[in-house]
Amino acid sequence: MKTNSRIEKILAGGGFVVTSECGPPRGADPEVVRRKGELLRGVVDAVNVTDNQTSVVRMSSLSACVILKGMGLEPILQMVCRDRNRIALQSDILGAAALGINNVLCLSGDHQKFGDHPQGKNVYDIDSIQLIQTVCRMRDEGRFLGGEEIKGKPLMFVGAAENPFADPFEIRAARLGKKMKAGCEFIQTQCIYNMERFSRWMEMVCDRGLHEKCAVLAGVTPFKTAGMANYMKKNVPGMDVPDEMIERMKGVPKEKQAEEGIKICVETIERLREIPGVRGIHIMAIEWEAKVEEIVKAAGLFPRPEME
Amino acid sequence: MSYPSNVKVVKLPCTGRVDVLLILRAFESGVDGVYVAGCMEGECHFLRGNLRARRRVEYMKGLLEEVGLGGDRVEMFNMSASQGQRFAQCAREMTERIRSLGPSPVRKSSSNT
Amino acid sequence: MIVGDRKDFKEILEKLGSRRRVLVLGCNECVTVCGVGGEREVGILSAELRLYWKKEGETFEVREHTLERQCDYEYIDQIRGFVNDYDVILSMACGAGVQYVAEAYKTKLVLPAVNTTFLGVTIEQGVWSERCQGCGSCILDMTAGVCPIARCAKSLLNGPCGGSSGGKCEIDNETDCAWQLIVDRLKESDQMERYEEILPVKDWRTGREGGPRKRVREDLKL
Repeated sequence: MKTNSRIEKILAGGGFVVTSECGPPRGADPEVVRRKGELLRGVVDAVNVTDNQTSVVRMSSLSACVILKGMGLEPILQMVCRDRNRIALQSDILGAAALGINNVLCLSGDHQKFGDHPQGKNVYDIDSIQLIQTVCRMRDEGRFLGGEEIKGKPLMFVGAAENPFADPFEIRAARLGKKMKAGCEFIQTQCIYNMERFSRWMEMVCDRGLHEKCAVLAGVTPFKTAGMANYMKKNVPGMDVPDEMIERMKGVPKEKQAEEGIKICVETIERLREIPGVRGIHIMAIEWEAKVEEIVKAAGLFPRPEME
Repeated sequence: MSYPSNVKVVKLPCTGRVDVLLILRAFESGVDGVYVAGCMEGECHFLRGNLRARRRVEYMKGLLEEVGLGGDRVEMFNMSASQGQRFAQCAREMTERIRSLGPSPVRKSSSNT
Repeated sequence: MIVGDRKDFKEILEKLGSRRRVLVLGCNECVTVCGVGGEREVGILSAELRLYWKKEGETFEVREHTLERQCDYEYIDQIRGFVNDYDVILSMACGAGVQYVAEAYKTKLVLPAVNTTFLGVTIEQGVWSERCQGCGSCILDMTAGVCPIARCAKSLLNGPCGGSSGGKCEIDNETDCAWQLIVDRLKESDQMERYEEILPVKDWRTGREGGPRKRVREDLKL
């Protein structure tokens, strides 16, 4: 084991990982984080905490991770490259490790134009792949990016995100290869609806042998309404929602749509488990954390392994 | 063919020769309105001169709004060379428009250098 | 060349305040090519000022003058003979030119009439596009001649990000995704193996981050 990460342990034992997400509040109230944490306790193996997602200012990922850690949950610190330079990023890695956070997800971060402070400067001192390299170097060689020695290496399990549905399609597996070469140990994908396209991507990944060193956790998001499905298809970049799914959601009366959305999600999980190379699931039930337990149970993934 | 006597005609080989600065200088000299008469779109002898003129006239309207003279004092009309009546009609139309807008405010004031 | 946009007429009027003796100073280089501050644009802005003030019944004096450029002292010096006849110099040059004029005429009020934006190329007459950010350590050999620092909204050296869609950047669908361009170009020029390399972190010291830059060439000094 390189770290104390629960995800690392489960994967090393050949198990199937289940993770979910917690978005921190737009305020300083820790109770919001605790409430979400309670909904996920015992239901998933680890919880992502987003980092000013969509460039909207929220309670920092690191602080929300600490709150979850205090409740006995296993947080995954998301770090975007948009807001911090290499000095701040490395500093936060040391701080996270010091506070017992075992996992980090290295991301580029949405451009600030999408958020509530589009006038701000963006940083992007280093990119997500360079960040992966940096964290791995800090952990394995005990050296900062600049080469100086670290006294007290941060033991972080390093992950990243990958979007199998973004363009250009042909280099998406190559990009994952680069992340892996940089030291990435697990990835979470964008939520999957187009099974055919995802399978093709997984084939490319497995052809390169990437699935062996880097665990792919497939992302899923349940539709609450047909409107949400439609919105995601039309307005969210890099999202691929097949028309049959929209039709299926529309074909059901409004009161039943949430139920249908959960059903589709569970079916998706079952199909994903069949695909070679998929080592886990990442459930993104945005502002619908209450449903994660139901989904995990219906997919036959409950209870989660006990760890000590 | 008769058209209002207040219309002074400046002949150009093609309306594509019309430049924004040219029109601004005309307004500086005290004219109340300027219109550009070009060939029908698609029939420009020099292929796209009249299309360029239209874009410049649109830009000119913005400039005239900026300085407070009003974008309606400049206009672009299209007609074929044989359409004498149309030429006269545009002249009348523009004259009426400028009459209702009143003389250019630039003319009213006195001192300048 | 350097590209800019002329400031809003309202903004220029505001900055001029109550000053009515204005020297409108153009530049014959970059700002001429992008139609923003050359002799013609000096003529347009001056005509606009004169029309506006005439309409208001004001007294004014607006002089038009275009220099070869405003980033070399020898040219700026050419107006020394008449500059004191005016209350304000309204420079239509890029930011570098405006500053240099201000340095040369410290007692005069020098105002910018142009918002300098980027280093770019002419796509067609009337359309200019950004290409370079002056980072000081050019890596165009590694990216098939497309600069990710200037043309990627996130300056990623190992792109694309997950927001690239249909060859366009997530920030708007008019902006090309630089990394799509790089991948296409690598393919076309038979350099796809380059994509597998991880580009290392950038040393930003050669760019603006290292502080305002100065370049001295001893071999060229007289």
